[in-house]
Amino acid sequence: MARALINVPAKAKRGEIITIKTLISHVMETGFRHNQIGVKIPRDIITSFACTYNGEEIFQADLYPAITANPFIAFTTIATESGTIAFTWRGDNGFSVAESVNITIE
Amino acid sequence: MSANRKRTRWLAAAAVLLVLAAVVSAHAEIPLAERRSSYADLAPETKAMQDDDTSNPGMLAVLDGEALWKTKAGNAGRACADCHADARVSMKGVAARYPAFEPALSRPVNLEQRINICRTERQQAQPFAYESKDLLALTAFVGLQSRGLPIAPPADARLRPFLDAGRETFNRRLGQLNLSCGQCHDDNWGKRLVGNIIPQAHPNGYPLYRLEWQSIGSLQRRLRNCMIGLRAEPYEYGAPEYVSLELYLMWRARGLPVETPAVRP
Amino acid sequence: MTDKRTENLATRRDILASAGSLVGGGLVSGLGLATISVAQAQVQSTPAAMALAIRKIAGEATVTPGKVKLDLPPLSENGNSVSLTVSVDSPMTPANHVKAIHVVTEKNPQPYVISVRLGPRAGQANISTRMRLSDTQIVVAIAEMSDGSFWSDTRTVIVTLGACLEDLI
Ligand code: HEC
Ligand code: HEC
Repeated sequence: MARALINVPAKAKRGEIITIKTLISHVMETGFRHNQIGVKIPRDIITSFACTYNGEEIFQADLYPAITANPFIAFTTIATESGTIAFTWRGDNGFSVAESVNITIE
Repeated sequence: MSANRKRTRWLAAAAVLLVLAAVVSAHAEIPLAERRSSYADLAPETKAMQDDDTSNPGMLAVLDGEALWKTKAGNAGRACADCHADARVSMKGVAARYPAFEPALSRPVNLEQRINICRTERQQAQPFAYESKDLLALTAFVGLQSRGLPIAPPADARLRPFLDAGRETFNRRLGQLNLSCGQCHDDNWGKRLVGNIIPQAHPNGYPLYRLEWQSIGSLQRRLRNCMIGLRAEPYEYGAPEYVSLELYLMWRARGLPVETPAVRP
Repeated sequence: MTDKRTENLATRRDILASAGSLVGGGLVSGLGLATISVAQAQVQSTPAAMALAIRKIAGEATVTPGKVKLDLPPLSENGNSVSLTVSVDSPMTPANHVKAIHVVTEKNPQPYVISVRLGPRAGQANISTRMRLSDTQIVVAIAEMSDGSFWSDTRTVIVTLGACLEDLI
């Protein structure tokens, strides 16, 4: 399974803007490359990423072959309430990874 | 940018160096006080990537390695952790002193090979293939436990002939370009070659995440790249010649901090 | 910084120029023999393709330079991974916020890099990622606001070439 590395502060103050950083292992094969005998290497990329905060979608991204291997995406959100921040990555060949972390609002 | 175009340019520039090298042929090791990690020459954004564990893609391999450390394997049904317990304690400083002499083989082994010895003898499992995801992951995880510690090659007389062999390879002209490693890395470090600063070639960040590879890779993979750049026939992965070269590079880098998993262009 | 880097690049060109005159064709043809060529179809999008992509993003709306800040290194060490940050000047309130951020390039095989949807819950419009650049080229970031307006920022990135490469698979 693809390994994901997520960084969300475990604790935050209500109303604070927090930064969420995500990394996931994926080759992001562009589909534009050819192998030694000239055969096209099929595309194999992550096509979408989404983040929900207690079930509500707060961020979504469509990814293209120009995103680096092992995609890194960082964004912000307002810490509203304690609960779960969940992440999903989907892509070619049925790729689908879900991860979640907990956050406590003080 | 096609790889061929890149290579043509690299070779052409290397040829200029060759001419330079012929003129300035005085060759000496870099004084200890001037030794520095290639980290010093990284672009700010590459430094930032290495400095922040939550944005360093090399950490993905470390996490894989941590999971493997705890996984039972082989006929012995033991995990690394069953014998070595907490890696933060048991593996601290280990990567900083490899390659080390392996009495059973009467020659030095590097960290990857040492891990594979436990894999086959202690776990009674199939050895990991060189450069495989699992071996890189475990090596990166073990390497991380030495991060920040100075490279400290063992003062072991049995290593001497291998160290000398490594130094000899480093200073021998290789390949169609007929250049030695030392001509670039001792005599011309800090100068530019096709937009790249020639580093001092220290092994202190391995396994590391190389942007060019878009993945983590071993020191031998890096050495292989430089040999291919010279149009020299690279050795097989795990070859004693590489281990000797690694040993010499570690000795040459003694005192520099371990940066595993580093990031390089 | 920028100046120094550009200067270094000039040095590189000089080296290459002199290399050409010094070694002539011998080395290069030798290389041709030694290299099992990786068929690199040079698919390339064009400034026109990028313009079309921007049209698809913005529709009939005018895209005005401003409000958006695209942070990119002026010179990248390796085109496989170029770090970028896009931030947009917006209060990010329900009434006035950034709805989407798009990044497109001029010369990659395909103009699109990433398209992001966000809203007031982001608190601020600030995203970072890493992209591939096949060559020195222009990168454009476009922000779509809740009032239907589009804003942009444009940067050029110079991509340097790696040394000590490996034989590709
Ligand atoms: C059954 C117990 C056992 C297991 C399982 C085991 N090891 Fe070991 N390992 C040892 C012993 C004992 C030594 C030191 C003695 C020797 O073999 O030379 C050692 C030595 C090492 C060393 C060298 C340490 C040094 O100070 O030089 C490393 C690195 C290492 N092991 C890594 C691993 C890894 C990684 C794994 C899992 C893949 C593993 N070991 C699994 C028992 C084990
Ligand atoms: C023509 C000059 C040249 C020669 C000869 C050369 N290298 Fe390199 N080497 C480079 C350059 C340039 C880089 C950095 C390139 C890059 O990052 O793309 C490099 C990088 C390295 C690195 C990586 C350092 C790090 O921080 O990770 C090592 C290790 C290395 N070389 C070892 C060697 C060895 C061993 C040899 C001899 C077999 C050798 N090099 C021959 C130019 C050379």
